[in-house]
Amino acid sequence: MYEHDVVVVGAGGAGLRAAIAAQEAGADVAMVSKLHPVRSHTGAAEGGINAALRDADSWQDHAYDTMKGSDYLGDAPAVEALCQESPEEVIRLEHWGMPFSREDDGRVSQRPFGGLSFPRTTYAGAETGHQMLHTMYEQVVKRGITVYDEWHVMDLAVTDEDDPAERTCHGVVAYDIQSGEISGFRAENGVILATGGMGQVFDHTTNAVANTGDGVAMAYRAGVPMEDMEFIQFHPTTLPSTGVLISEGVRGEGGILYNSEGERFMFEHGYANNDGELASRDVVSRAELTEVNEGRGIEDEYVHLDMRHLGEERILDRLENILHLAEDFEGADGLTEPMPVKPGQHYAMGGIETNEFGETVIDGLYAAGECACASVHGANRLGGNALPELIVFGKRAGRHAAGEEMGEAEIETGRSGDWQPADYEFGVEVGETGGSGTAAADGGAVVTDAESVLGGAVDRAQERVDELLSRKGRNHAEIRSAVQETMTGNVNVFREEGRLEETLGDLREAREAYKDVAVSDPSRTFNTDLIHTIETRNILDLAEALTMGALAREEFRGAHWRKEHQERKDQDWLKHTLISWNDGEPELWYKPVVLEGENKTYEPKSRSY
Amino acid sequence: MSTQIPKQTEESTETEAETQPASKGEERRAEKRRRAAERREQRQEEEAEKAAADESTVELKVFRYDPQVEGKQEPRFDTFHVPFTKGMTVLDALMYARDTYDSSLTFRHSCRQAVCGSDAMFVNGGQKLACKTQISDLEEPVRVEPLPHAEVTKDLVVDMEHFYEQMEAVEPYFQTDEYPDGELEEQRQDRANREKIKMSTRCIWCGACMSSCNIAAGDNEYLGPAAINKAYRFAMDEREGEEMKQKRLEIIEQEHGVWRCQTQFSCTEVCPKDIPLTEHIQELKREAVKNNLKFW
Ligand SMILES: Cc1cc2nc3c(=O)[nH]c(=O)nc-3n(C[C@H](O)[C@H](O)[C@H](O)COP(=O)(O)OP(=O)(O)OC[C@H]3O[C@@H](n4cnc5c(N)ncnc54)[C@H](O)[C@@H]3O)c2cc1C
Ligand code: SF4
Ligand code: FES
Repeated sequence: MYEHDVVVVGAGGAGLRAAIAAQEAGADVAMVSKLHPVRSHTGAAEGGINAALRDADSWQDHAYDTMKGSDYLGDAPAVEALCQESPEEVIRLEHWGMPFSREDDGRVSQRPFGGLSFPRTTYAGAETGHQMLHTMYEQVVKRGITVYDEWHVMDLAVTDEDDPAERTCHGVVAYDIQSGEISGFRAENGVILATGGMGQVFDHTTNAVANTGDGVAMAYRAGVPMEDMEFIQFHPTTLPSTGVLISEGVRGEGGILYNSEGERFMFEHGYANNDGELASRDVVSRAELTEVNEGRGIEDEYVHLDMRHLGEERILDRLENILHLAEDFEGADGLTEPMPVKPGQHYAMGGIETNEFGETVIDGLYAAGECACASVHGANRLGGNALPELIVFGKRAGRHAAGEEMGEAEIETGRSGDWQPADYEFGVEVGETGGSGTAAADGGAVVTDAESVLGGAVDRAQERVDELLSRKGRNHAEIRSAVQETMTGNVNVFREEGRLEETLGDLREAREAYKDVAVSDPSRTFNTDLIHTIETRNILDLAEALTMGALAREEFRGAHWRKEHQERKDQDWLKHTLISWNDGEPELWYKPVVLEGENKTYEPKSRSY
Repeated sequence: MSTQIPKQTEESTETEAETQPASKGEERRAEKRRRAAERREQRQEEEAEKAAADESTVELKVFRYDPQVEGKQEPRFDTFHVPFTKGMTVLDALMYARDTYDSSLTFRHSCRQAVCGSDAMFVNGGQKLACKTQISDLEEPVRVEPLPHAEVTKDLVVDMEHFYEQMEAVEPYFQTDEYPDGELEEQRQDRANREKIKMSTRCIWCGACMSSCNIAAGDNEYLGPAAINKAYRFAMDEREGEEMKQKRLEIIEQEHGVWRCQTQFSCTEVCPKDIPLTEHIQELKREAVKNNLKFW
């Protein structure tokens, strides 16, 4: 067993920032990550970090844009924290040596991004995430923070009181990929989940193969609700064959979208008469798919993104990385031809329910970064708002977990305050199919002492691994691809009731199939078959919650479009979707959105670009 | 050596007998069956196309080794035939082989877009990032091996510990005493200086350069091209100031530092991020000489 004050799970932008903050606050910190830190998917971020750095800009404007972008489903205390603290965090990165692009006067460069009223997206070429990730990892090396890399966290060690709000998290259980050893990591003060996105729930995604939503699924099964899972961002410009992202920076610099008839459809077909290509991402994604569905797509699949008119010099200066990506992954030369693009899964607005300090309803359990839902992004995230979320909320969670006094939170977690149960009947049975996985506690005495909780979690994990390795059964890969296929087919940009229900049925079948899953590689050394099999379980739980939320939300808000419900219904739906696992029976409930900020209340307005 | 050939996948056939759809639910199920049938047809068509054009499979010969598993303790090569699709990379082919034929086939990968640096391998005798290497650019059969000059953990996975140690040996973090006043004040850096360090900051820690380097192979303590490049990145960054630069040059001048490099350019040739490694090393040597002259 390993012991630390704070254990950070995940070493992308959010995890690294959390670890640094916790260490600065005096804690003994360890990071546990299934990938070496520099392999984390934060490294793939291209476009930039939003921060109101300039005199002509203000955090209030940033907050207003973020709220509007969120379609009024962001919680004001979290949104305002993001916008207030992003500038100092960005400058801190600069002080840590991050090589930002520069203006003639030597200051860091900023560019326009979709949905922003000021060009406040601070960038390092088209490789901002790579530079940010490496800069923060350098700080972790400098500080000598312990990193257990290539350790896959399988489960949380949480007490089992009936009410999740009374439970405590004492640590995590992890599997050493290199050696096959399973070990407990005791966290004296707190565990911070920073496990990133869940793009692998879909089959066309900008996310990495490792983005399987593990942290969200672990927290969910331990009793933390998942929040707003139905809100998935589909990025309008991904390469058709691989899902590799072409940054919004291309449109920010002036790139233009054309359909097969050479029309600049964002304007010519009236999707966004003011902002055109730079309208919010959900708007552009729907516009593209509408063009394709109406027969104006190229090869019936994609549209063109043209940046040739920007000229070689500007492209090389600001978007060079895009040229490499288009060339290497689509065989297109961005200097001489338009690039094919289509929408792809990109970002999960929802995730582990937290307050503005990253605390979950379980004592000692925190979450930050893409896996968390504070909520900053509400129904739709603005480009350039995820990277600041990593550093602002990573820092906050790190400090809080290390024991720093931060005051009273304004966002409530768990079933407190004005929560309400949902009255939606799902046509299909959801949840645990029985027989496998994390069954409920046996109803015996509640175990609360840290040692036994952790020990029990380790034993269960060991049993599970032994079982998966020893029995015969089916391979997880077909189950995973069945899930990805139905999710991409039916829970995509356009959603309709019948097909969402069909997906719940498909997921049921996949859950049944998963009961017979087995790992055929018997090795204890670097057994990726085993790791992927464990991840697939997480993908299943997430896909189901996401689809349930999408079915029940009978309105059109932000990224969530419903065929039968073509408008935003503020009367009924200014509320967050929450789904609790409840020992295997997913329960749907709601809580109101918090629109009261520090000095003002954000009034929902119509969202036009 | 085992040779696997793609199996035709048989879809489980649902009953096609159409009853009159009565309820909404049944309507949906009928719709679902219809679409499943469509998908099935499409897939069969694809399979048929594949079979018709048999040359459109790729032959991979992949290194296999597992210290624990009987039959894999002796290194061997396995052959996989993977149906070729346009734009297929070596990584795509490996993933197909793993998910279709042998789930124990092991390699690191994550981002699929040449930025996480997980999947440097030895492909047809050269260090390559698998996700960035098009099958169509390679001679067949495609031979895939783990990076040379590193200890093999299993199949295509090598132990990266030594590489990480060298990277961390050069104080790979920004250091300066000269911060501007004011919390919200950034350090100024002119464009030319940022341009100067730009290429050096692109390193993704893939280890291809180190694996290609003869000197590193012979001298285990040699810092190697990637670590020296990391030092370059800071030494040339004017934000760190002159004093730090002094210290940086001392680090890379150590016994197993820049002077070991014999300018063979192999690292520069294999770097998937096109970092001019040899040039950077040469420039540091010149800087070091200049610096030493100052003190004579
Ligand atoms: C292609 C792309 C471009 C983007 N561009 C931008 C942009 O320009 N601006 C912007 O603001 N946002 C952008 N985003 C969004 C943003 O980059 C991500 O939301 C963010 O980087 C996620 O960071 P993270 O730290 O939460 O997770 P990640 O960086 O994904 O890190 C997750 C970490 O968790 C670890 N982990 C996961 N599961 C386990 C487990 N079971 N056990 C142990 N460890 C585990 C992983 O090893 C990894 O270290 C982009 C996203 C993508 C995909
Ligand atoms: S310098 Fe190039 S080859 Fe070497 S580790 Fe970095 S990216 Fe890889
Ligand atoms: S998979 Fe990330 S670099 Fe190839």
